[in-house]
Amino acid sequence: MPETPLPGQERFVAPLDETPLQETGGAIDDSQPPENQWKEAWKLLRRNWIFWVSAAILSVVALMVVWPSLFTDLDPNRADLSRSLEGPSGGHIAGFNRQGYDVFARTVYGARASVLVGFLCTVVVVVIGVITGALAGFYGGFVDTIFSRLADVFFAIPLLLGAIVGLSVVNNLFPNRGFWAAIIAVVIALGAFAWPQITRITRGAVLEVKNLEFIDAAKAIGVTRRRNLMRHVVPNSLAPVIVTSTVSLGIFIVAEATLSFLGIGLPFGIVSWGNDIAAAQVQVRSGNRMGVMYWPAGALALTALGFILLGDAVSDALDPKRRSR
Amino acid sequence: MSPTPLLEVKDLHVGFVTDRKKVVPAVRGANLVVYPGQTVAIVGESGSGKSTTAHAIIDLLPGTGRVTDGRILFEGKDVAGASKGDILALRGSSVGLVPQDPMSNLNPLIRVGKQIREALEANGVAKGKEADARVVELLQEAGLPDAERRAQQFPHEFSGGMRQRALIAMGLAARPKLLIADEPTSALDVTVQKQILDHLDHLTDTLGFAVLLITHDLGLAAERADHLVVMYKGQVVESGPALEILQDPRHPYSKRLVDSAPSLASQRLSAQEHRAEVREQAESVAEEVAAEVASHGDEFGEGRSRVVEVKNLTKVFTIRGSRPGASTDFTAVDDVSFGIRRGTTTAIVGESGSGKSTVARMVLGLLDPTSGTVEFDGVDITTLRSTTQQLAFRRQMQPVFQNPFASLDPRFTIYRSIEEPLATHKIGSKAEREAKIRDLLDKVSLPASVMRRYPSELSGGQRQRVAIARALALDPEVVICDEAVSALDVLVQAQILNLLNDLQAELGLSYLFITHDLAVVRQIADDVLVMQEGRVVEHAPAEELFASPREEYTRALLDAIPGGSIPLGGGR
Repeated sequence: MPETPLPGQERFVAPLDETPLQETGGAIDDSQPPENQWKEAWKLLRRNWIFWVSAAILSVVALMVVWPSLFTDLDPNRADLSRSLEGPSGGHIAGFNRQGYDVFARTVYGARASVLVGFLCTVVVVVIGVITGALAGFYGGFVDTIFSRLADVFFAIPLLLGAIVGLSVVNNLFPNRGFWAAIIAVVIALGAFAWPQITRITRGAVLEVKNLEFIDAAKAIGVTRRRNLMRHVVPNSLAPVIVTSTVSLGIFIVAEATLSFLGIGLPFGIVSWGNDIAAAQVQVRSGNRMGVMYWPAGALALTALGFILLGDAVSDALDPKRRSR
Repeated sequence: MSPTPLLEVKDLHVGFVTDRKKVVPAVRGANLVVYPGQTVAIVGESGSGKSTTAHAIIDLLPGTGRVTDGRILFEGKDVAGASKGDILALRGSSVGLVPQDPMSNLNPLIRVGKQIREALEANGVAKGKEADARVVELLQEAGLPDAERRAQQFPHEFSGGMRQRALIAMGLAARPKLLIADEPTSALDVTVQKQILDHLDHLTDTLGFAVLLITHDLGLAAERADHLVVMYKGQVVESGPALEILQDPRHPYSKRLVDSAPSLASQRLSAQEHRAEVREQAESVAEEVAAEVASHGDEFGEGRSRVVEVKNLTKVFTIRGSRPGASTDFTAVDDVSFGIRRGTTTAIVGESGSGKSTVARMVLGLLDPTSGTVEFDGVDITTLRSTTQQLAFRRQMQPVFQNPFASLDPRFTIYRSIEEPLATHKIGSKAEREAKIRDLLDKVSLPASVMRRYPSELSGGQRQRVAIARALALDPEVVICDEAVSALDVLVQAQILNLLNDLQAELGLSYLFITHDLAVVRQIADDVLVMQEGRVVEHAPAEELFASPREEYTRALLDAIPGGSIPLGGGR
């Protein structure tokens, strides 16, 4: 190398006033001290329009579930065959279906059974899936083999096929059931074959989290295994579970519809979106008065969308990495 | 007449566009010149804009990065505003890139040879059979033995160093005039780092390409480069001939870098003198602690002078074979014995895979040894069965782990993270705990306001301080630092080492310090164990080890410290 620097490579020192030196490691922003996790999450949610959209949809749906008479004075079980497939008219904004039921009233009253099935199924599946998945992933070995293989067995049976077999047995044993017994039967039939998915997702997430250093750090502090699992491993593994379960909530409502369509889900006396979509299939085939199907199907799609958006917004808000944006 | 520059970066501004259409500047007015055949290094801490500058040259800015102003002249042609086609022609054939992380930059599904062949074919250098032959040549050239067989292997069959060689082969495939090496060795062990850089030097000499080296270690940069560019907060604060900057840094930031580079600091006598002072004070405090422990019969331990005694420690892992029953035994730790004197630091040095971290985990009681014992103050920790005894042991020994980004629960506030040991051991009331946490944060020089923050809001160095505060929450006698400073920038590394030294002197702590970097050892350790393939190959006091290493392997490790051969300026 030449002794004298080449052009452009002479010694250069930036003037200090243009490049002031700061504390290394960076300063901490003290302007807004965060509050506890839930308050923080709420603050983030409040600023998220997706949350408000989902909240609006779900509060309407919740009102329909709790208090359907708020939306309509009509009786969903009153059929007037003379008005079969009549179009919308005063007081009947959605018209009538083939049996002469008011479509709007049935859509409002159908929310209760459909949303209950979807929500309860999700709760059952998440509870079973998270518990089995967390235990399998965290303890490994024998526990893992038991739960994982058991999950594989159930995973191999298609959800609907399993539910059809299960429900036809129940229907034969107890032909006339009340509202709750019917709902619970559907929830159990669907839940029994849907939990392995959540088990697998949770197990995968737990396997990843349990090898992180903060788990070792907690062990070295003296935190017991069980407490470690509950406090550190599970909360850090829940994000994919929340996303999957909100999506599957819609799937359960659709599955209930499919079962009812096949005549083995909820008994025909119970008003549900699934039953109505099933009944409206004739209209789809004939192309005559499709509106009869659009109403319950639309309500189903909107409800599923509401839960999916809510799941998205909540898991974002609970993720500390999303803070301070 | 002076030669024409190969690359000229003039008043370069790079910004990142945020969600709200604001432009956050990352590089502000950077200037630099590279001549053919030269090695130029950009030095700076993370976030200084050094990688951004380099990536702007071949239009590989991540995400929303844009060149907002300035010119980049490659062989006199402006490439900052060049079309996609021109940039594509430039990449590979004129400018090669060796990326930072060898682990994630090879496609795990494609054979290594095929990936290099892709580079050849994309640049129209060779095709078909000819290309296959060229791949083998390139791998040989990059210093990979048995290249023909290696080309047929998948990335997971390669070690980190071998992958980096494959990436160098790829970067040089089309014989570029300029090779951009972005922290090419920061993920590798020091010895491998030296091999790779030596080889790169050799290639530069024979093939005559220029290298733009990006690194955070000034010692390494000065050893390898002719010309240095020091960047800080997106600006070039100093540039000039490498040796001149090293011996006479003029900008305060460069001065700071020179002062904290471990490779340079370890040469200084002042580091050893400082260490001796720390040890003297720490030992006297530790003696008081020991006397107190000895006088209280109910406390854990007996107050021995060797607080940790490791005897014939062995760990054998069983590796699952291809079929049931075909497992093989792998001895990760083989007959390791040592003791830690109260108030001193014992360092375990070795490359990855030497078993040093396994030793740390066994000493911490996180892993059961296959044979041998770990005694804490006269009590064999493998015999602790009752919960109260185990908790009592935990209170005396705490770890600080390597990765500041993974060692704190991301969902816990800093307050909860530091409170957890206190809560687990049911120490103090709520108010007392808060007072204790404030005190701990003060000890590690963090403001009390940090306790309401989450780990993701802190920098790596700040998180490591939090991890140290958490380790000290239970007033332990021994702290195990498992690569505690390896993941940090040199400046932050120096700060954390100082902090550890100060805390040792103040509290009489004993450290077990696990590291792959001998340069760090001199600043903190009193006794050093050198480990290779599970065995201790040398065990000596630090000064002795540095002055007259007995083993070949230790000498190789010492030689690998970058910048070791550079004469420092007077008075330093």
